[in-house]
Amino acid sequence: MSSLLEARNLVKKYGDFTAVNGISFEIKEGEIFSLLGPNGAGKTTTISMLSTLYVPTSGDATVDGHSIIKEPMAVRNLIGVVPQDLALYDDLTARENLLFWGQMYNLSGKKLNTRIDEVLDQIGLTDKAKQRVKTYSGGMKRRVNIGVGLLHKPKLLFMDEPTVGIDPQSRRAILDSVKELNKQGMTVLYTTHYMEEAAELSDRVGIMDHGELIALGTQAELTKQVGEMETLILHVGENDDPERLAVAIRTLKMVRKADVTDHTVTVIVPEAEEALAPAVTKANELGIKIHSVDMREPNLEAVFLHLTGRALRD
Amino acid sequence: MRKLFLIGFKDLKLVFRDKAALTFMLLAPFLLTLAMGFVTGAYGSSGSSGISQINIILVNRDGGQLGQALVDLFQSADLTDLVAPALVSDPGTARAQIDAGEAAAAVIIPDGFTDNIIPTNNQAPSGEVLPIEIYKNPLAPVSAGVIQSIVEEFVSRVETGRVGGQVIVTQMLTAGLITPDQISAIASEMGQRQADAVVQAPAITLQAAQSGQAQKAFNPMAYMAPSMALMFLIFTVSNGGRSILLEQAGGTLPRLLVSPTNSAQVLIGKIFGVYLTGVVQMLILIVACSLLFGIQWGDPLGMLVLVLAAVFAATGWGMLITSLARTPGQVSSIGTAIMLTFAILGGSFIQTSIMPGWFQWLSRITPNAWGMTGFTILGLGGSLADLGITLLGLAVMGVVLFAFSILIFGRRSFAQK
Repeated sequence: MSSLLEARNLVKKYGDFTAVNGISFEIKEGEIFSLLGPNGAGKTTTISMLSTLYVPTSGDATVDGHSIIKEPMAVRNLIGVVPQDLALYDDLTARENLLFWGQMYNLSGKKLNTRIDEVLDQIGLTDKAKQRVKTYSGGMKRRVNIGVGLLHKPKLLFMDEPTVGIDPQSRRAILDSVKELNKQGMTVLYTTHYMEEAAELSDRVGIMDHGELIALGTQAELTKQVGEMETLILHVGENDDPERLAVAIRTLKMVRKADVTDHTVTVIVPEAEEALAPAVTKANELGIKIHSVDMREPNLEAVFLHLTGRALRD
Repeated sequence: MRKLFLIGFKDLKLVFRDKAALTFMLLAPFLLTLAMGFVTGAYGSSGSSGISQINIILVNRDGGQLGQALVDLFQSADLTDLVAPALVSDPGTARAQIDAGEAAAAVIIPDGFTDNIIPTNNQAPSGEVLPIEIYKNPLAPVSAGVIQSIVEEFVSRVETGRVGGQVIVTQMLTAGLITPDQISAIASEMGQRQADAVVQAPAITLQAAQSGQAQKAFNPMAYMAPSMALMFLIFTVSNGGRSILLEQAGGTLPRLLVSPTNSAQVLIGKIFGVYLTGVVQMLILIVACSLLFGIQWGDPLGMLVLVLAAVFAATGWGMLITSLARTPGQVSSIGTAIMLTFAILGGSFIQTSIMPGWFQWLSRITPNAWGMTGFTILGLGGSLADLGITLLGLAVMGVVLFAFSILIFGRRSFAQK
């Protein structure tokens, strides 16, 4: 597969603050590539540069051979953007929104109307196309937001955290639609801070933290970095101190890492099942009540924890 | 170009779906016009014009009865409420006072005005009425228009009397009722009676003779309706400018900027939307006021061009406010403050003609004042050709404000890149 997008040493600075610090990666034609990282990692800034909204402080990227700096108009014709926040006109209907945005992408006449019908069908809003967007639920608005990005059949679709703040049902529908679009041949750059989404959708994943791309590869390649380690997640009560428990657990021989997020202690161990009993004993000794336990095989969460020492939700 | 129009018409559609914006754009100016009409007695039985105590300067260079009759007319009890005349002897001084904004107009009666109409000392008059000069204050077009109407009416009656007198004397001579040597005495006596008649019945004369035209000129609603429309036009343009920042915050502006649409198209499209909204608002108000209040706006072509120019200048202010503000809230606050300030400065609440000269000049920074001048000219019977200075003033204002706005937008980086 040839590269549709190539980013080379992209940097974006705001005064003394560096939002993106020299990231480089490629996206191959036909793949779903995810940028995974916590809030503030620089994912949205990266998409903003790649979609020509922001000019990079240094570095460059090409989409199908067109530079985002020198040929922004050519790039814009090739890409579709689904922004993180809803970018729609609430007082227009779904059809009117699609009509306006289609015209902005130089579509018109019968071709545009046909495309609008197709997209409405794709996002499941044909019946409610004549209702103003402000009357829609959050999930429906998200679907229209995605529909706008699909109207002109872009070669490369940027989706910036499209499932933030919506119900599980709508989230499921969006993830399925991303897979369906990819099946139809669309290349997708997807950003998320949900490990599960990146794991489910992506052919390859880039992990971002503090403006840097700290790991890149297929899921298998990335999880190899943490070896055969498993993850044991202990949820403690609101009145208990998870930090005290983490300190105690770190004294156990088999534990490689133990970190705290909110009321959760995440423990990296070769065998999660084997570590469970000693960890619970430590909790009992400290008088800390464990509410629930999760055990996970090697995954992207563990990779992030392994690389940064922090959980993805930090 | 197509996208520019698409963005503009999309904004127009959005405004007309926003009930709050519609209330301010259309309902508020309409209701305020109505309320002001009641306050000023436009619907009362008195038929008060709402205009009073117009300062005028009289210069009587004529030594005869008719010149004095005109002075007496302005000093008569019937006009006490309407005009406040002051007499000076030198035309130059009078003009200087007008230039300084001390009065609405100077009425300069030329030397020999009476002698050219009424024969004296057995000398035949020339038969031509010498013109009375009305030196107007351009900043007080309504008041100056009132004075002009009074003088025109006076001259009209004098002319009527002169022609009527000539006919009567000629017929009396033909019938043998008088001899040629009696003509001078009789004509002189008739002239004196004519002068007395003009002074004795000025109010009746004004009302009767100017019925149609005067009603148009002094209908207070014809002053209030455009003044309220212009006041709320400033709201519309600042609200339109606010929409640029709202789109920026709401994500639709960045989305536009990642579509194959350049930032100049987006900005000009947004400005076009503001302009279009302002024009539609003004035209709706004008048509509504015509239908419901019976206001005559004058020459339709002149009115249309004036509206286009006034909205252009007002849009310039809207863009300047937007370019200086950081948030939509700031645009609202600054816009409201400017709307009220311009309304006062521009004569929406108080006639600028009664204010000091510096105030009247300051009012020229507002589209309201220029707009009011234009609407007044048209209301008094003027046409597009008479709007030259007004249109130029509005055009210059718009161009200067747009230039500043674009400069500031450029420095702020419109796309936040």
